[in-house]
Amino acid sequence: MLSDFTPLFIQLLIAIGLSFTLLKAAALIGPKRANTIKLTSYESGMDPIGSARDRYSVKFYLVAMIFIVFDVEVVFLYPWAVTFSEFLDAGVGLGVLSVVFLFVIILAIGLLYDIKKGGLEFD
Amino acid sequence: MDLAWYWTALIAFVIINFLLISASVLVYAERKVSGYMQNRPGPNRVGPFGFLQPFADVVKLVFKENIVPTLANPFVHSLAPMMMVVIAMAAGALIPFARGVVIADMDVSILVLLALTSISVYGVTLAGWSSNSKYSLLGGLRSSAQMISYELSMGLAVLSVVLISSSLNMVTIVEDQAGGFGLFAWNVFRNPVGCILFIVTAFAETNRAPFDLPEAEQELVGGYHTEYSGMKFGMFFLAEYVNFFVASFVIVTLFFGGYLLPFESVIVAQFPALADSYLLMALQVLTVILKAGFFAYVFIWVRWTLPRFKYTQLMTLGWKYLLPLALVNALVVAVVLAILH
Repeated sequence: MLSDFTPLFIQLLIAIGLSFTLLKAAALIGPKRANTIKLTSYESGMDPIGSARDRYSVKFYLVAMIFIVFDVEVVFLYPWAVTFSEFLDAGVGLGVLSVVFLFVIILAIGLLYDIKKGGLEFD
Repeated sequence: MDLAWYWTALIAFVIINFLLISASVLVYAERKVSGYMQNRPGPNRVGPFGFLQPFADVVKLVFKENIVPTLANPFVHSLAPMMMVVIAMAAGALIPFARGVVIADMDVSILVLLALTSISVYGVTLAGWSSNSKYSLLGGLRSSAQMISYELSMGLAVLSVVLISSSLNMVTIVEDQAGGFGLFAWNVFRNPVGCILFIVTAFAETNRAPFDLPEAEQELVGGYHTEYSGMKFGMFFLAEYVNFFVASFVIVTLFFGGYLLPFESVIVAQFPALADSYLLMALQVLTVILKAGFFAYVFIWVRWTLPRFKYTQLMTLGWKYLLPLALVNALVVAVVLAILH
């Protein structure tokens, strides 16, 4: 039901209005005395060396990729969690449970493989 | 509860103001509690007992210069704090404050809450990236990796609650905890492991100590908000405190009976006139705020009890301990439900 979401959107709109007002008000009220040194990036008092938009450790990409796999897994489990009691009432709970066990075990093997391969070693 | 849009807007406005005020109260509470835990008085100069300190801080922040570094991306630099505040405030719409007092009573509210939590990762990451400073970038990266890692365990901890109450609606989840003399059906008793998992992941998701690596002052200066000043910094600060109050509310809603009074069914059986009265509603609002206040205190308490994790320890804990434990917990809950059936 999309109309259920209307209150959330109203809240979002008010929150956007609030944060926008805060930003604009502070920008209007605050002093504007910019100078070159003030506007350089902070680097412990040194002049910044190179750019911050550099390459960074591949580990972060690995974590993001593994996250997607498991996040989708969790999403797949939600419909089951909501309807599980109905399956139990219908008397097919055991069958459904074993299918879910199979599903989770396959992913657990994936996680185990990832750990064994060192995909989550951060040293 | 179908209300006209302007009533919803009014309630939403009230809730947002409530969150703003509670954020400043929390800032005060945190500084005061931290002070007493370190055997010093904490803020005590502005107003009685220093109570006006957070308001003074806000006024100061508004009158500060808004510095946007030359190398930064100005649009994203402003977008990131806005996103943080908006997401934190929007999550407040989903919390049931009393029976029938919730702005957005939808069938999938807990999923929407998880979705909002995921979006707040963007705020941190974009803040780190747009500043174009090495400390900010590192803070943002660490933070996004940390938040997505713990989001999985959080999702699975929520899943075990959803299994018990067969609903994604937070109001239904609360009402499902009304049995057992109004105390022993709380999910903390029915699903203790899930409760602990959720609390731990909530600490990580809100970047609170001992998981406050994104801000680790000693290593990263300020983390993702190193390059922020004035009200933009204030907005990150505000979002952080609103987030941690909302997280307390969600912990209470999912595991500690939400707005239900302890022994509510017993009390209402003794005083039938109380049922559906405004007094009960007021008591419920008070109850949920007190419970959430207690967990807000726990957040502060833990901050001064546990030292910060090392980054490797953090990732190891999230992926190698919490994630398998959350998976097993969800399955155990399912098996127990099947056996009890």
